[in-house]
Amino acid sequence: MGKVIVVTSGKGGVGKTTSSAALGAALAQGGDKVVVVDFDVGLRNLDLVMGAERRVVYDLVNVIQGEAKLTQALIRDKRVETLYLLPASQTRDKDNLTAEGVAAVIGALKANFDWVICDSPAGIERGATLAMRHADIAIVVTNPEVSSVRDSDRIIGLLDSKTLKAENGERMEKHLLLTRYDPLRAERGDMLKVDDVLEILSIPLLGIIPESMDVLRASNIGSPVTLADQGSAPALAYFDAIRRLKGEQIPVTVPGEKRGFFGKFFGRKAA
Amino acid sequence: MTDVLTQPRPIRLKGRSYLALTLTPELPFEDWLARLDDLASRSAGFFLRRPVVLDITGLDVDRAQLRTFVSQLGQRQVRIMGIEGASPALLGADLPPAMADGRPTSDFEPPAAAAESAKAEVAVAEPAVPELPKAVPSIIVTQPVRSGQSLVFLEGDVTVVGSVASGAEIVAGGSIHVYGTLRGRAMAGTMGNAAARIFCRKLEAELIAIDGYYKTAEDMGPEFRGKPVQIWLDGEAFKVEALA
Repeated sequence: MGKVIVVTSGKGGVGKTTSSAALGAALAQGGDKVVVVDFDVGLRNLDLVMGAERRVVYDLVNVIQGEAKLTQALIRDKRVETLYLLPASQTRDKDNLTAEGVAAVIGALKANFDWVICDSPAGIERGATLAMRHADIAIVVTNPEVSSVRDSDRIIGLLDSKTLKAENGERMEKHLLLTRYDPLRAERGDMLKVDDVLEILSIPLLGIIPESMDVLRASNIGSPVTLADQGSAPALAYFDAIRRLKGEQIPVTVPGEKRGFFGKFFGRKAA
Repeated sequence: MTDVLTQPRPIRLKGRSYLALTLTPELPFEDWLARLDDLASRSAGFFLRRPVVLDITGLDVDRAQLRTFVSQLGQRQVRIMGIEGASPALLGADLPPAMADGRPTSDFEPPAAAAESAKAEVAVAEPAVPELPKAVPSIIVTQPVRSGQSLVFLEGDVTVVGSVASGAEIVAGGSIHVYGTLRGRAMAGTMGNAAARIFCRKLEAELIAIDGYYKTAEDMGPEFRGKPVQIWLDGEAFKVEALA
């Protein structure tokens, strides 16, 4: 049985889709069988980021409504064999997602893949709660700004109350992925510092993805950054993140921090 | 020759307090027993294994009447552990011992409806832990209180081991204790308890209220911001004091 990960956030535009694609591609390159599911019904962006927009025939809504088989809707990535995409519909809206339908699709995917990554829509509406409902692990994507942190806090509250795990009295494993981190602006005080974000959200840190043109460039050529530019700083940060996700204990380094000289910054542990 | 103490260990005497039910019978006993039977029929086994004290203060009975009464109670499975308010002449080795200095607690409500009798039996089946005097209730929350969450506990104190996020609120009938940063709203003493207080390790609150009086972050003044404080109400004015 595979693990279901929901990539979620309260605020839009923080990098959920980019992160879902990057994490999916990184996991798949390690040989794991991965499917990335676009839950953002009505908007559909994941296929663009993964460079599969022209290959979408059937989508998640078609599968849920019984108009297509799951195997027909799954798109295999051309670069990594073990990476699949289940796209969202752009012509329907979120009301087409039914709780039973989603449960059935997730159940089928779980049986066939090592990792099921659900790219959740932003906010706390139906689409987002359905995407998180069946998750085993949640990755909360946050930018170092107050509005994003506040909304993430709200989402963590929902993860602890509105998911199957919560209803069964279990604790959902939650991780924080801090994206679009700009060391220069953090230094100037224009952005929240890492410690502030961690203190407010108090969930373990999975990784810090630096703000970088590499991410934008990769998105625009339709390739997850972990595929397009594997040596770039954001790609390395995503690779580190999946190692932590798999249980490895590696320290998180804050981008831009002077290393060596200040011993206390060196070897920061994930909280 | 002196006796050799083969048992050097002393006998241990310990004090223990129980909450006992007090029965205050009325004369004539027959009528009162009939009412008791009526109660017992609705909740079978209610008196089983409960400590029961008989209070006969002011009752004009003689020793024979008392003995018959106690045995009649015994037939109803009501075992008397002591008698209160009886003159020493009334009591003897064949009667329960005298008891004194009992302190009253709140009235005990017998289970009234027949439907509840089953429940009463379950309660009786539990080990004989007598009802302790009711403690002021409080709840402890060990998780952070997240933005958008509202924690309402009107019965008493709320203790949060963690932080209260901005956009979260805590409404307590008693005091509020936050062993973390208080960023959201804290409303203490909402049921009209002006003595309630708000304690926190780090004050960043959006709003605090005690007994309906409130203050927003802007009127709180910057000197206690980020500090461990306690806040209470003095008349209609808020008092804030830094905690050491």
